[in-house]
Amino acid sequence: MVYASSSSKRFSDSAGETLPLLAYLILASALMLTDHSMNLGPQARKQLSVVIEPLWWLASLPSRMWTGVDDELATRQALQDSNERLERELQIVNARMQRMSAINDENQRLRDLLNARRNGSLQVQMVSILDVDLNPYRQRIVLNAGSRQGVKVGQAIMDAGGILGQIIEVTDTKATALLVTDADHAIPVQVARSGFRGIAFGTGEPDSLLISDIPQSADIRKGDLLVTSGMGGRFPAGFPVATIQSLSPNDTGLFMVGKAKPAARLDRGLEVLLVNEIIPSPPTPKPKPVIAPKTTPVTAPETVIEKDRKKTP
Amino acid sequence: MMRQSSTLMRTITLWLGLLFQIIPLPSGLDLARPYLLALFLCYWCLEAPEKTGLGTAFFYGLLSDLFSGGLLGEQALRLVILAFLVSRFRARLRFFPLWQQALAVFALLLNDRLIMSLLHWLVNDHGLSWVAWLSPVLGMFLWPWLFVGIDMLRLRAREKN
Repeated sequence: MVYASSSSKRFSDSAGETLPLLAYLILASALMLTDHSMNLGPQARKQLSVVIEPLWWLASLPSRMWTGVDDELATRQALQDSNERLERELQIVNARMQRMSAINDENQRLRDLLNARRNGSLQVQMVSILDVDLNPYRQRIVLNAGSRQGVKVGQAIMDAGGILGQIIEVTDTKATALLVTDADHAIPVQVARSGFRGIAFGTGEPDSLLISDIPQSADIRKGDLLVTSGMGGRFPAGFPVATIQSLSPNDTGLFMVGKAKPAARLDRGLEVLLVNEIIPSPPTPKPKPVIAPKTTPVTAPETVIEKDRKKTP
Repeated sequence: MMRQSSTLMRTITLWLGLLFQIIPLPSGLDLARPYLLALFLCYWCLEAPEKTGLGTAFFYGLLSDLFSGGLLGEQALRLVILAFLVSRFRARLRFFPLWQQALAVFALLLNDRLIMSLLHWLVNDHGLSWVAWLSPVLGMFLWPWLFVGIDMLRLRAREKN
């Protein structure tokens, strides 16, 4: 009798737990399905940004405090050294820019002769990265600017090395960017040397991109620089994306697969450039005056750079 | 009063678990991040089962999904399963010696990783890297410290009252 009652109690206990379990499992699965097919996550995060952003801020606190302490402890000598180095670099960059602007003007004149419409300058905005680890199985970063700063979904971001990725989610004060190395990312590219076009896919690993289905006859080799081709209109043309590291035949042997190393140098705590819409410059017959580098402070939040930046041989 | 302080501590620890999920770690190491949220949830399922159930697990799992930008509902599902297993074997787990408990927690976390890799496989993601499987091991080593630590804090709060 005792046994029977205890067993029945245990049975009712487990039944009482199993039903809610099933309910929760079904609920969670339904959520995953809707998120997977309808992209519920970004909307939910946008609605709940009041809760989410404080925790993100809190999580990024240790690294920010560390940089603060690091700045405090920098010695006078180290600061002087870095100042000198930066000034030297600025000189070199200025010299290069003078030459570049001459080339750019020439380029512009040639384009005008051809009636090409690919002119105009880009507006970029400097944005800092919020040091937060999102789901480590995807390559993403959180930026410290949102729709209030004019950030929109689809904007390209880049750093001093090259194209970094694009914005996929925006809340009022934060934005999430998908990096070119994410497995879901693809970017139209072009070999800078030969003009061969292709698409570079992310692999999910932070240091490699994949270019698939390259014809055997294509003019592409190891060490080639891949730049954005500007096709699709999302990324401005002519910015470095990656360098080809190896080429190998694919499974069928009819095409080749290239592995490339991303050009962008993503270091934590650095700032990135957010590319605003391309503003078509008015067709002026006279070459535009060169932007004097001295009048543009390095820390200016908005800087105008020329669009047709190409790597010089 | 005592009950209130316990509830407060539960909320704080679980939110710490949420925070720990997104605190930046050196790259490479972030895959081996111990699942503190699951450990805390496990503790409260063992110690305060009348208040910590599947609903709590679902709620905090969903929050963690929101914060870390993963698939909505993934961690909710994993934590619900974990909470169910803990409450099912609670009577036995509670009276295990600490090291044996740690082994059981390791098994729970390993099971959690298996579910996770299954889910990733289902949504067509690539598999988990080997570093990800270090996470349950780290969780196992953390468990005794967490358990004793929270127990001591609770004891102190009780004495104060």
